[in-house]
Amino acid sequence: MTQVQYSSVNVGDEIPLLKEKPVSRFTLTLYAGASGDHNPIHIDLDFARKARMPDVFAHGMLSAAYLGRLLTNWVPQRQIRNFSMRFTGITQLGNVPTCTGKIVEKFEADGEKRVRLQIRCSNQYGEEKLAGEAIVALP
Amino acid sequence: MPDRSLIGRSLGETTVEVEKGRLRFFAKAIGETDPVYTDEAAAKAAGYKSLPVPPTFLMCLGGEGRDLEEQLKIYGFEVARILHAEQAFDYHKPAVAGDVLTFSTSVADVYEKKGGALQFVVTQTRVTNQDGEHIADVRSAVVQR
Repeated sequence: MTQVQYSSVNVGDEIPLLKEKPVSRFTLTLYAGASGDHNPIHIDLDFARKARMPDVFAHGMLSAAYLGRLLTNWVPQRQIRNFSMRFTGITQLGNVPTCTGKIVEKFEADGEKRVRLQIRCSNQYGEEKLAGEAIVALP
Repeated sequence: MPDRSLIGRSLGETTVEVEKGRLRFFAKAIGETDPVYTDEAAAKAAGYKSLPVPPTFLMCLGGEGRDLEEQLKIYGFEVARILHAEQAFDYHKPAVAGDVLTFSTSVADVYEKKGGALQFVVTQTRVTNQDGEHIADVRSAVVQR
C-alpha cells in the first residue's frame, strides 16, 4: 500500500469507497457470534416481530465496522485518532452498505499533521444509515 | 424516563483477554481480508506485537462479561425497544492479541428528545491494558423508542 501523504491530499478529496455485499441473515448471524452482540432482534425473526419490527435488521456496529474498514483500507490503523458516528437509519436485509469519506479539514494538533474526514454509510438507494467523522494523522 | 441522577454512576469494570481466534472470527464477520488482522507474520511486519484489535472491536470486547439486559434494567430500558444511537472512539495506543484490557464504564449523560418519546443514555468507557496504559476512550449512546 502506498502511504497517503499529508501534502498530497486536499480538502474536498474523496477517499476510496467501500461497497459491501448485500446484508443477509447469514451476515447478521456471523456478526452476532463474532461481536458477542447476541441481541435477538438481529437474528430471531419471531423476536423482531414481537418487537413490532417487520424483520430482523443489521447491527449498527456492523456498518460501523465497515466504516472502520473504509479508514483502514486508506491508512494504517495506528494513524486513526478518533472515529465517531451517529446511527441515522436502520440497515435492512438486502441493503448494500456503501461507505464513503471526504476530507473536510487539514490541521495540525499535538505536533502532528491531521485531517478530518466526514464519513457516511448508506444503502444502494442513497439512504443514509450512519454519519460521522474521523480524525487521521498523516505523515 | 431514565433518572438524570444516573449521570456519573459507575457501571463497573470488566477485564478481558484479547484472543486471536476472536479477532479472526471478527475479521471474517466484517469481510476484512487484510492479512494484518488475521496473520501474525503480517501483523508483525506492520509493526504490531500480534494481531491488532480493529477499530470497532473494542466496543465488542467491552461488552464481554456484561449482561445487556441487566444494564438496561438500571436505565429502565427494555431490549426490544432500544436502538444504538451514537458511538465514538478516541484511540491512544494500539491494542493487540494477548493484551488484557480493562473497561471501566460510567453513565455520562441522560436526556430525552421529542417530548420524552425518545430517551437516551450515554456511557463513557476508559480502556486500559495490563501495563496500565491508556488504550482508548469509548462513548456509546442508546435510545429507547
